Amino acid sequence: MRAEHVLAAAATVMLVATSVPARAETIQVMVDKLVFTPAQVSAKVGDTIEWINRDILAHTATVKGGMEVMIPVKKTVRLTLQKAEAIDYYCRFHPNMKGRITVSAP
Amino acid sequence: MSVRKYSLALVLALLGATTAAQAADKPTDPQIAHIAYTAGAIDVAAARQAIAKSRNKVVVSFAKDMLRDHEAVNKQALALVGKLNVKPEDNATSRALSDAAGKTKAALAKLRGAAFDKAYVANEVAFHQQVNGALQTLLIPSASNAELKGLLETGLKIFQGHGQHAVHVAAELR
Repeated sequence: MRAEHVLAAAATVMLVATSVPARAETIQVMVDKLVFTPAQVSAKVGDTIEWINRDILAHTATVKGGMEVMIPVKKTVRLTLQKAEAIDYYCRFHPNMKGRITVSAP
Repeated sequence: MSVRKYSLALVLALLGATTAAQAADKPTDPQIAHIAYTAGAIDVAAARQAIAKSRNKVVVSFAKDMLRDHEAVNKQALALVGKLNVKPEDNATSRALSDAAGKTKAALAKLRGAAFDKAYVANEVAFHQQVNGALQTLLIPSASNAELKGLLETGLKIFQGHGQHAVHVAAELR
């Protein structure tokens, strides 16, 4: 990588860093005994949702007709929120499990 | 509040009656482990049969959910009995479950298409109801080891979800 590219990259990082007013947060959602806790969370664009699966079963966070995050047994998975929207998700393997993430503008 | 109190009293009374009636043949932990494992293995076998026979996407997907979960729970159960040094012990309840499952499997093997799908899912609804009933009224209250009891309680939570899922799939097939 040439020096000016490195500089340009560094400048971009700085720009991005200064244009984000609040520091992005990580919001944890426990997955235990087939329940997402808390079931409803509020977040901002750029925040990360962290699902911590304590179950002996695999789960998913799935939006009907949309994205899907696999949550393997005893694993933690993360999703960074890209836009302001209300995300209603459920577990495709256990459709009783439901959650909602309300994402607002940063 | 009063309704809640009443329901709680009723549940306690029912449980008390059930426990008293079954006190004589209360299963031991090795027997409970065997019954729970057998029930899981039966549902795994039923799921494999459905995955092989059904052409219905919803039914196959449900069967795969059953396979994944019951295998996971049984794996956990085996690990636990190993850790606790409990040797699962064959008993009349396990044998009755296996006999009934053998007959169901043979009957399902003769069906095809939508008839198979409906019968498989209807049996899943009934089987989960039966097993959950046994877990609630007999197996969980009888378990003396806390870890075994805990696994059975987790199992009950999972299988209640399966039962509701099965009811939902059955409604879709109508």
